[in-house]
Amino acid sequence: MASAHIAGVGMTEFGEYPERTGRDLFGEAGGTAIEDAGIDREEIDALYVGNFMGELSENQGHMGPLMAKAVGIDAPATRIESACASGGMAVRQAVKDVRNGEADVVLVGGVERMHNMGTTGATGGLSVAADDLWEIRQGITFPGAYALMAQRYFAVHGGDREDLAHVAVKNHANAANNPLAQYQTEISVEKVLDAPPVALPMGLFDSSPITDGAAATVLVSEAYAEEHGLETPVAITGTGQGTDNLALAERESMVRTPATEDAGRRAYEDAGISKDDVDFLEVHDCFTIAEVLAIEGLGFYEEGEGITAAREGETTADGELPVNLSGGLKAKGHPVGATGVAQISEMTKLFRGDHVNSDAVEDAEVGLTHNAGGTVASAVVHVLEVAE
Amino acid sequence: MSDDEITNDGYDQALDAIENGEPYALECPDGHQSMPPRQVCPECGSDDLEEVEIPTSGELLSYNVTYVPTPDFSDDVPFVLGVAEFDDVRLTGRVQADAEDVEVGSAVEVGLGESETTGRPLVTFDLA
Ligand SMILES: [Zn+2]
Repeated sequence: MASAHIAGVGMTEFGEYPERTGRDLFGEAGGTAIEDAGIDREEIDALYVGNFMGELSENQGHMGPLMAKAVGIDAPATRIESACASGGMAVRQAVKDVRNGEADVVLVGGVERMHNMGTTGATGGLSVAADDLWEIRQGITFPGAYALMAQRYFAVHGGDREDLAHVAVKNHANAANNPLAQYQTEISVEKVLDAPPVALPMGLFDSSPITDGAAATVLVSEAYAEEHGLETPVAITGTGQGTDNLALAERESMVRTPATEDAGRRAYEDAGISKDDVDFLEVHDCFTIAEVLAIEGLGFYEEGEGITAAREGETTADGELPVNLSGGLKAKGHPVGATGVAQISEMTKLFRGDHVNSDAVEDAEVGLTHNAGGTVASAVVHVLEVAE
Repeated sequence: MSDDEITNDGYDQALDAIENGEPYALECPDGHQSMPPRQVCPECGSDDLEEVEIPTSGELLSYNVTYVPTPDFSDDVPFVLGVAEFDDVRLTGRVQADAEDVEVGSAVEVGLGESETTGRPLVTFDLA
């Protein structure tokens, strides 16, 4: 199967930008990616935009055409929505277009404006990724849903809030010198444990922040890259997607994420690799427990054993399997529709050597991105490899 | 028309049944149970679904203590939210107890309550 080569990436600073609209953020990220790729705008054959709650946050739907013009192109443009996995799903569509010969050059990005909604408003906006009848009307929130998963995990497998705190400490340490990250500050286990409660056992520092931001990448076919002499040191060699019941309570287990398992298995098979080939990961750590469930679901830890990975130093920057060297959603920030594309952007820079944490993965050849929607009712996994 | 005037066929009747102490689920010929509304069994796709009684008492599988709510629950916080199992179906609902009295595995009775913010009905669990 042909690979989709990464010709360029771009990302805005992630953080609180109440004065910036979605189109403004996307215009910057898309423009940066096009410039990084060194291509002419007219060469772009298609645009995919990941976005989750534009209607709620800035009264804006139908972002395909809007964002095409925000970056100055007139290629066929489509918005993709799968809650917090919107960006990753947009990347997946772009990869398919390049692989099946539909397009030689695809711009794919994601954008979310959230901060202007306020904490309660954003909590409400995010909640619509749950089941309206049997979850939202009962008062569920996303911190609340992941808190249910964490509490169940503690009861079934053991572990406690202190184990989870190490995940947050690790990801903040990774973001500390990342100029695009929302939180560029290290934190301590005590600070995580003493933080205000959001939905116990999830506290403020167990949770990813409310973030404004956008990310983009330019994918090209191998033939196009060769023909135009483009530098494409990294390629997306595998993609996989999984789906589960929307409502958490309807899952067979509250401490397993079959959508991640399916997405991972399909991506490994697609790329022709096994998990043992993977050198480092960017996973969907919207809450500390989510990172634990992700590394278990992707097969790196047995069920019930991922909770100690950060505490034992196995997933830290100098560990065996670095996880979320970008700072993750937890510290880099989580502009939901942009997150899956930001993972691609950050991992590409980690591979290329122009990321602040590139030294941690100097000889790496294979990386994995994992982007989840809702309580992992949707998951999408991509395999990135150093191109030959 | 406000949201509260819109009926949700299947869901509204299921809440009424919970309120009357006669909760039910839908069951296919293979015995898969799920909560309405359904056109087909989510497990096997069978459209031969019938209402079957489920017990009013169940087991709490997990809970949280919510402090940061959605706008529809601004006046309700903090509250305990749980997931409980009743035979083969599970429900998400408000645990009507103080957090310190709740634990995973607690026996609960299902009932119907309402949001203190909007007055809208919601599923409740009383510690048995
Ligand atoms: Zn069935």
